Amino acid sequence: MKPAPFEYHAPTSLADAVTLLARLENEGCDAKILAGGQSLMPMLAMRVARPDALVDLRQVPGLDHIRLQDGRIAIGAMASKRAAELSELVRERQPLFHAATRLVGHQQIRNRGSVGGSFAHADPASEYPAVALVLDMEMVATGPDGERVIPAAEFFVTYMTTALEPGEVLTEVRMPVLPPGTGWAIREITRRSGDLALAGVALTLRLKAGRCADARIAAFGIDATAVRLSEAEDALRGAVPTTESFARAGAVAAASLADPMSCIHASAEYRRHLVGTLLERALADAAARAH
Amino acid sequence: MSTRKTIRLTVNGKPYEREVEARLTLADFIRHELHLGGTHVGCEHGICGACTILIDGSSARACLTLAVQADGASITTIEGLRNRETGQLHPIQQAFVDAHGLQCGFCTPGFIMTTLELLGENPDPTDEEIKEALGGNLCRCTGYQSILDSVRLAASRINTATAA
Repeated sequence: MKPAPFEYHAPTSLADAVTLLARLENEGCDAKILAGGQSLMPMLAMRVARPDALVDLRQVPGLDHIRLQDGRIAIGAMASKRAAELSELVRERQPLFHAATRLVGHQQIRNRGSVGGSFAHADPASEYPAVALVLDMEMVATGPDGERVIPAAEFFVTYMTTALEPGEVLTEVRMPVLPPGTGWAIREITRRSGDLALAGVALTLRLKAGRCADARIAAFGIDATAVRLSEAEDALRGAVPTTESFARAGAVAAASLADPMSCIHASAEYRRHLVGTLLERALADAAARAH
Repeated sequence: MSTRKTIRLTVNGKPYEREVEARLTLADFIRHELHLGGTHVGCEHGICGACTILIDGSSARACLTLAVQADGASITTIEGLRNRETGQLHPIQQAFVDAHGLQCGFCTPGFIMTTLELLGENPDPTDEEIKEALGGNLCRCTGYQSILDSVRLAASRINTATAA
């Protein structure tokens, strides 16, 4: 349970970090970016990951902001999850992201773990990728060719794989503020509070004239990435928000899952069952918050 | 660029400078370089919480932090809690003794460091808040009830002392 040896670099500017990553890439050196390390360190300890070099971003300035920017919330990739959890802006203007943050690990983890790290790590059982799909978040990355913005729908490619190119650094994530009156919810089942989810759902729900106008729903812990539950979204459109219509949406969602993951803790069928039940309950949470 | 790096940090108020291997965890640095054995190493991959310490006042798992990441930081370990002048245990430590918050004691330093952060931020936590805060620490002996008792006892003693 000790990491294999690696070179350690701690660049002091984003430009230096990008240059360094390009050089390491050219040299055929397998370099990994170290942010908070709360997902990477266990992988190093178990030697699931054996990079030749780590590029630590902790001395790169300007990556830990949490601010309102052009009407959207922008969070620097190195901002800690604890900072996001304590941010009044996040709590009041984007309660879904705030609630998701509180579900990540324990306080020891959130103190150290970066917001950006969870997006770049892209664990399909983690909360942020699902929230990113629900909120149409944007990931900002800087590489040798400059900065680019990647929509969430294109960012998560497969299990622990993102659209980030080798040599690109995730610098910021952006999300809309939640429009007033929009309901939201996130629910998950974990073996222990703070653990990765066996299954979970995140959603926003907009009501209009006593009916569901629009629902955006994503599930996590089910497939190689977080997945939008579009059939359940369609089933809700125009429906009166009642226990029955939420149960129906849950059933539609469960039936729509192609091939849920299976592991010793939860079979595919159990995960399918969880998604249906969690969605039904989460819709009730969201409806109670919507007006 | 080498696999070794010189770091400077403060542990329990005492400054240290050491050259370390980049892959050395902060937990192993504290135990093997500084010979402070109170920070226990259980799972070594961030599950059990036995190695919980404070980095710049915030709880962290020392096994999930590299020593090089702590360059420039101020660390508090369980050894830093005892009153240096009187030698008395910290009220949290004493409460764990008095309320039987430990049996084998392996997980105890982690629980106490987590409790230190909790009571610093929230001096009068509810049972639910205590459970939430301690959720990242595992104990295989006590069944947790006596740990909850210990935290409640520590909170009430600290609050009484503060009020007096």
